[in-house]
Order: sequence, then C-alpha cells, then structure tokens
Amino acid sequence: MRLYAELAKRSFRRWSTYRAATIAGIFTNSVFGFIRASVLLAVLAGRPGAGELDVSEVITYSFITQGLLSVTDVFGSDQEIAGRVRSGDVVGDLYRPVDFQAWWFAADVGRAAFQALGRAVPIVLVGALTYGIEAPAGLAGALLFAVSVALAVIVGFSLKFLVNLSAFWLLDIRGPNQMMVTAALFFSGITAPLTLFPDWLEPTARALPFACLVQYPVEIFLGKAVGAEAAAVLAIQAAWAVALITLGRVVLRAATRRVVIQGG
Amino acid sequence: MQYRTSFALFTLSQFAITFLDFVGILVLFANVDALAGWSLAEVAFLYGIANLAFGLADVFVSPVENVQVAIRAGTFDQILLRPVSPILQIVTDGFSARRLGKLAQGALVFAFAVAAVEVDWNLARVTMTVVAVLSASTIFGALWVATSCVSFWWVEAREAANAITYGGSFLAQYPLGVYGPWLRRGLAYAVPVAFANYYPATYILGRNDRLGAPSWIAFASPLVALLVAVLSALAWRVAVRHYRSTGS
Repeated sequence: MRLYAELAKRSFRRWSTYRAATIAGIFTNSVFGFIRASVLLAVLAGRPGAGELDVSEVITYSFITQGLLSVTDVFGSDQEIAGRVRSGDVVGDLYRPVDFQAWWFAADVGRAAFQALGRAVPIVLVGALTYGIEAPAGLAGALLFAVSVALAVIVGFSLKFLVNLSAFWLLDIRGPNQMMVTAALFFSGITAPLTLFPDWLEPTARALPFACLVQYPVEIFLGKAVGAEAAAVLAIQAAWAVALITLGRVVLRAATRRVVIQGG
Repeated sequence: MQYRTSFALFTLSQFAITFLDFVGILVLFANVDALAGWSLAEVAFLYGIANLAFGLADVFVSPVENVQVAIRAGTFDQILLRPVSPILQIVTDGFSARRLGKLAQGALVFAFAVAAVEVDWNLARVTMTVVAVLSASTIFGALWVATSCVSFWWVEAREAANAITYGGSFLAQYPLGVYGPWLRRGLAYAVPVAFANYYPATYILGRNDRLGAPSWIAFASPLVALLVAVLSALAWRVAVRHYRSTGS
C-alpha cells in the first residue's frame, strides 16, 4: 500500500512540473467553458427550463464539465502504457513483483489529483469570477461530489487502461483511443447535458459508463441528485468501476499471454 | 498507414467524432426551434462551412504544429539546413490521411445544409459560398501557422493554441448572436472566425442580423483572409529568425 501511495505522490509531482502546459490547459478549458455556456444559454433563451436547468446551473455545468475533462482524462492523453508496450519496456513492468494494473492506477491517481488541484479548480474559479457559478449543495453535497469524482477517476482510468491494452494487439492505439474519446465526449454530457437528450436516447446514455465521467458528478454538484437518488448515482458509478476494473484484469491476462508468445 | 486496424478505426472515429458533434447540435434543436434566431438548416450551413474549411486546413496546414516536436528534439536544425522552406518540410512530413475523416464529415453536413436551407441560389450566392469556404480555409490555416509560432518561445504551450484553432472552429459553428459582447468582439477582430462563415452567411442566407456591423462586411472575408495569411506568414518569419536551437 505504501508503495502505491508513494507512486501516486511521485506521479503528482511529475505532473506538477508541466507548468506551462497546465496554464495553457487552463486557458483552453476556460475558453471552451465560455463557449459551451454561451450555447447552452442560447438554448435556455429559446426554451426556459430546458433540460431542467436554469441560467446559473447551465454556467456551473459548463465550467465544472471543463474541469472534469482533464481530471478524468476524457481525451486519453496519457498513453504511457501503450508507449511501453510498443517499445517493449512493458516486459520489465510485468516482471516487477507488483500488480501491473494497481501500479498504473496509482500513477493515474497522482495525475488526477494534480489535474483536480492545478487545473480544474482554477478553471472553476475563472467561471466563478466572470460569470458566477453555484456552490455545491451544502457540506454533504460537497462530500458526495468528492466521492463521485473519485469514482469517475476510477472509471476513467479503467476505460483508458483497456484502450492502452489494445496496444498488445494493435501496437498503435490512436484509433481505439479516438473511438473512446468520440463516445465519451458525446455520452458523458460534455457535448450537451444528458437531460437535453431526447427521451428515447437519454436512458441509454445514462446506462453507459461515460455518464459516470461527467454527467453524474455534475448532477451531484448541482444538487440534482440528493438522498436516495444520489446514493443510486454513486451505486451506478461504483458498479461500473468494479465491472471495468475486472474487465481490465481479464484483458490484461490475455495480453500478457500474448507477450509470452511474441517474446518467444 | 502501417497499422491498418488502428488507421481504419481512427479515420472512422474522426468521422464519427464530428458526426456525433453534429448530433450534439441536433440534440440542442430537439429542445428549441432556433438558436439566436437561426434555424437548424441555417446553423447547419454555418457548421458545414466551418467544418469543411477547418477540415481542409487540418489536412494541409495543421501538421505545422509538429514544429513544437522538432524544436524540442532539436531536429529543426536539420530542417533549416535543407534548401526547402521549413514550413513546407514540416507540413508534408506530418501529412496524414487520417485527417480525411473530419473533412468528409464537414463536406457531408455542408451538402445537407445547402439542400436544406431555403435559398434562391443564383450566381452571386454560389460564388459567395465558394469564396466563403476558401476564405475560411485560409483563415483557419493562418491560425494554425500563427499559433504554432508560439512554440518558438514557449515549447510547452501547445495546448493554448488549441483554444484558438479548435476553439475558433467550434465557435464558428454557432451564430454570432449566441455569444456575449466580449466573445463577439474577439471573434470579429482578434481571432476573425466570424469572417470565416458568419458574415458571408448573412448575405447568402439573406439574414440581416450582422449585429451592428455594416452590410458590406459580408464581402470582406477574402480581404480578412488575405490579411491574416500575411500576418501569420510574417509571424512565422520572425519566429524562425528567433530560433536558437535547443541548448544543452
């Protein structure tokens, strides 16, 4: 356990050294926050109460979403595992007397923690200082939000892990990653809040793991899901986290067998 | 092209990513009949021009962002030594058929929009549409070049360029009236994507909401495109002169 904590800490420190990249990221995400908010406000102007959101909720939604984007790494920009598969370094990783999946998860936790503090918080502050955003629904709401984001990070990591493992078969993961990003951007609520989706599509979107990345945490932040509903949301997130971690282990086992074959 | 499966998935999902992106607009229009007074067909027209032009710029100019990699790795030295223009080397080196998916989607939405908008097509409007697509491609291409120049001073800041390039094309997908006065001004004067499609579209679609701008502004796109192209070329020259190689 101490090893993994140390790993996460190192990873946090490593990400914190990319200072210019972080500032650039904050700028980009904030600009997109303004754009998304403007478009959604135009929708609200056309139909007040669309998607059961009001003006300040839509603004809050836009900026929190942009913050979560990097925390859960929706763009799958961290492709280190695949790189090591391609170079062959992964063999050394698999030799180590530590769990391969847990090792990379610990590193991702460090990354997510840095993105949350160094990137998401400033983005939300930009939104708060310019447009004004809503505070989370009380202390309980804030805590539930933190739990929800933590689960979102696990789901985000597990999806990314699967994409990276595809390198064992394909070597180049740009294709699979792009596919994952495509689905994630649309079904996570980043393109538009899922509550704006037509009735025939919304249940499907909610059932997919992508809603765990953005839509659910934001709903908890806005106090849209409270009490039993919040518990249900967290349960769905936890269920996806467990399912995807398990799937990751199964695929990893198949992948390692492949390494043995390839390595002769 | 070496990794066939990955290539197929990438091109397909490039197509899908922008397709789902358009579905995102359809989702908005499932809730409202108009955005800032523009109907779905009209917004699709803006979107079509923006993505068609951005797709063209993406295929032919966007690899210029790889200059950041060359600067960091020090390979820009070799590029400078060859007797071919550096920008041409970088762009052709980074050319990738992968980006065609995005272009195809832009063309498709554009075709749909041209069929769907209620426009009495005459020679002037057709010419204007062609001019708009060309000007828009030039503007987006110039933005790629201009933002890549930042890498010469600040190697790590590539992502900030995304706010201008991707952000600009994203902004151009919606009518200008959607945005507040600050963003509007920025789009008209700082990152002039309003000239890429919005102003020409007001003429082609016969709409009068130029938001206070005079009516001749609809015809200014080629000039603005030329201006930003010249400015970005100048910026590139200054940037290349400034280049001092990576020291160690």
